[in-house]
Amino acid sequence: MATAAVLERETYLNASYGLKSWLLTKDHKRIAILYFITISIFFAIGGTFAGLIRLELLTPQADLVSSETYNKLFTMHGVIMVFFFLIPSIPATLGNFFLPIMIGARDLAFPRINLLSWYLLILGGVLAIYAMVAGGVDTGWTFYTPYSTSYANTYVIATALGIFVAGFSSILTGLNFVVTVHRMRAPGMTWFRMPLFVWAHYATSLIQILGTPVLAVTLVLILCERTLHIGIFDPALGGDPILFQHMFWFYSHPAVYIMVLPGMGVISEIVSTYSRKPVYGYAFVAFSSLAIAVVGFLVWGHHLYVSGQSLYAGLVFSFLSYFVAIPSAVKVFNWTATLYKGSISYDTPMLYAFGFIGLFTVGGLTGLFVASLGLDVHVTDTYFVIAHFHYVMVGGTIMAYLGGVHYWWPKMTGRMYPEHFARLSAVVVFIGFNLTFFPQFILGYQGMPRRYHVYPPEYQVLHVLSTAGATVLAVGYIMPLIYLIWSLKYGPVAGKNPWGATGLEWSIPSPPPTHNFDRIPVVMHEAYDYSAVPREVEVG
Amino acid sequence: MDSQIQQSHVHPSDLHQGEAHHLETLALREQFDTEAQQKDASTLGMWVFLITEVMFFGGMFLGYTLYRSNYADTWALASRSLNLPIGATNTCVLLFSSFTMAMAVRAGQLGKKKAVILFLILTMLFGLAFLGIKGYEWTQKFEEHHVPALANFHLEGTQLQGQAKLFFSFYFAMTGLHALHMVVGVGIVLFIIFQTMRNKYSPKYYTPIDIAGLYWHFVDVVWIFLFPLFYLIDRHP
Repeated sequence: MATAAVLERETYLNASYGLKSWLLTKDHKRIAILYFITISIFFAIGGTFAGLIRLELLTPQADLVSSETYNKLFTMHGVIMVFFFLIPSIPATLGNFFLPIMIGARDLAFPRINLLSWYLLILGGVLAIYAMVAGGVDTGWTFYTPYSTSYANTYVIATALGIFVAGFSSILTGLNFVVTVHRMRAPGMTWFRMPLFVWAHYATSLIQILGTPVLAVTLVLILCERTLHIGIFDPALGGDPILFQHMFWFYSHPAVYIMVLPGMGVISEIVSTYSRKPVYGYAFVAFSSLAIAVVGFLVWGHHLYVSGQSLYAGLVFSFLSYFVAIPSAVKVFNWTATLYKGSISYDTPMLYAFGFIGLFTVGGLTGLFVASLGLDVHVTDTYFVIAHFHYVMVGGTIMAYLGGVHYWWPKMTGRMYPEHFARLSAVVVFIGFNLTFFPQFILGYQGMPRRYHVYPPEYQVLHVLSTAGATVLAVGYIMPLIYLIWSLKYGPVAGKNPWGATGLEWSIPSPPPTHNFDRIPVVMHEAYDYSAVPREVEVG
Repeated sequence: MDSQIQQSHVHPSDLHQGEAHHLETLALREQFDTEAQQKDASTLGMWVFLITEVMFFGGMFLGYTLYRSNYADTWALASRSLNLPIGATNTCVLLFSSFTMAMAVRAGQLGKKKAVILFLILTMLFGLAFLGIKGYEWTQKFEEHHVPALANFHLEGTQLQGQAKLFFSFYFAMTGLHALHMVVGVGIVLFIIFQTMRNKYSPKYYTPIDIAGLYWHFVDVVWIFLFPLFYLIDRHP
């Protein structure tokens, strides 16, 4: 009975029971779990579309799906993955769970708005899934006009409405984070004592706040044009399709940073913990997040090099696109410098972090290729671009997401996962990823256009490699799903700080109590001060 | 035993919630430590929300600017067809509503319940008057065949009906979006009136009145931009 009493310590998981207590919760930790379940489902749906795309591309002919269906597959893969998985991925789950704890707060500033934002994502998702079940949408996730407003006869309206609603979910999350960081920090938690994860999320939130409303209004105009036939973007009615591209990419380029900045925050935490050293050049890494957020708003025109944008505008956008590589490189160099003379352990999150650093570097450097005015003419709308942004989105964001999930899993669930399987999954994901996407660089450079499902037979070898890689990647993603769920019941009980990490989240029990802190902590140390944290061996 | 002890560690905010009915200083929510912190957070939250609104309207202002410069002549012609006295009247109505809103916030700060209710009702009436006048103006557009989505659209004095249509598309989209915000604003004011009548606010806690005021002023300011852009530019060639 004595042990039972210990186990029955009140946590956010057992504070109340029943579906209702979850669906009406205002606890940021429970809302994070709701998001986890939701985006995992969206990831599975988007992944299924990706699998079908890769299967179709196994042969040069169209033998699995028709052209129309193929158009719908890549559109819905993009829509689901971008708007319903990648954008909420890290902020809404790990950010929601840990941002308040890391700054010593009992909850976000607006818990009810936090719950509302989850319901908005659900509502948006339901609309998008309705559109898919009803017949799909085939405009590409970019909704380029006038095709989307005047010619497409698929479910553009329902999909656009779904994205519009999900956008407000993203805005409200960003708003909540900004106010929380400004107003809810514990005594002593100065701006420059915040973990870099918080800085990354702060910068992300700024983009969500400033960018997402522009996407929202663009979608409103698309809806008006499609339903009322007013010609804001349709040249046949006096409008300008390039205006649409400007407005769309004004959001959708910064959206790339919404997706990858939180991942960078995760990597900063992991690299520090498993090197047992403070992140090298803390302030530089913190400010590089803000720099990426700010400069990221000024580069959208690099999506319009071949759309008839003026050459002079192109020159400026090209320069700024190169410029945004600087803060990104600052991060990569500083993580690497953190490793120097560190006491490195190759635990699962660290393996994912290494994967991130390598793959993000490839994704970032090929970004310079496509940011150059001349080379972009050759590779634009080819698989080179596809490979580039999948290296950033999948090789970057998803690696960081999985790394973060493993890193904080003991804190969120109170259980350890099986380390050997987990390390294996990190390796399988890395190999599968590279096998999937590296051939696409070559394909694209050789001229394989994106969004085609019939191609010359010369390209088949590389396509087969890519499809084989996708299979390995799928195995790598299914593995954590299985052993993480297994660990919920059978995993060894985790201590409060199994990694010997710094940060307030490791000073409270695993899983945390509903109000996080029995007493609001007073922060006396800089971030990543390992002298303040004795290495505890509580595992097992 | 353990959990009982933990539960007896009542956070100070719980006391406030328990005594809220007696003290009439409602709702220090549990995530906050002090009332000042809560007010700061709510106010900052509203400002951040207004920034998102600026960006939201900003997309339409961008489109407006582009076509205004591309199709300057047709748009000037179309703009002259708008009813200036009505637009000017509506501007005054909104300015008055902002004044009464500011008075309501001040009264809330001083704890004058009746004055709060009076000024909020005035604000709401001005808001409804604005919407009524706007609705009248829109029906006029239908009679003048100036509705872009309809087949009978026609603007006299130009061959370039497509460009004229675009003007009215933006006119309806932007004033429509603004009117939608007014409707939401009227709803918010109504809610605040009810809450005031139920003694939810006091000089210690009048944050909702304050941030409702912020929202109201913002919607007012949007109109202050819309009015000259649509009604005044190039009025007299």
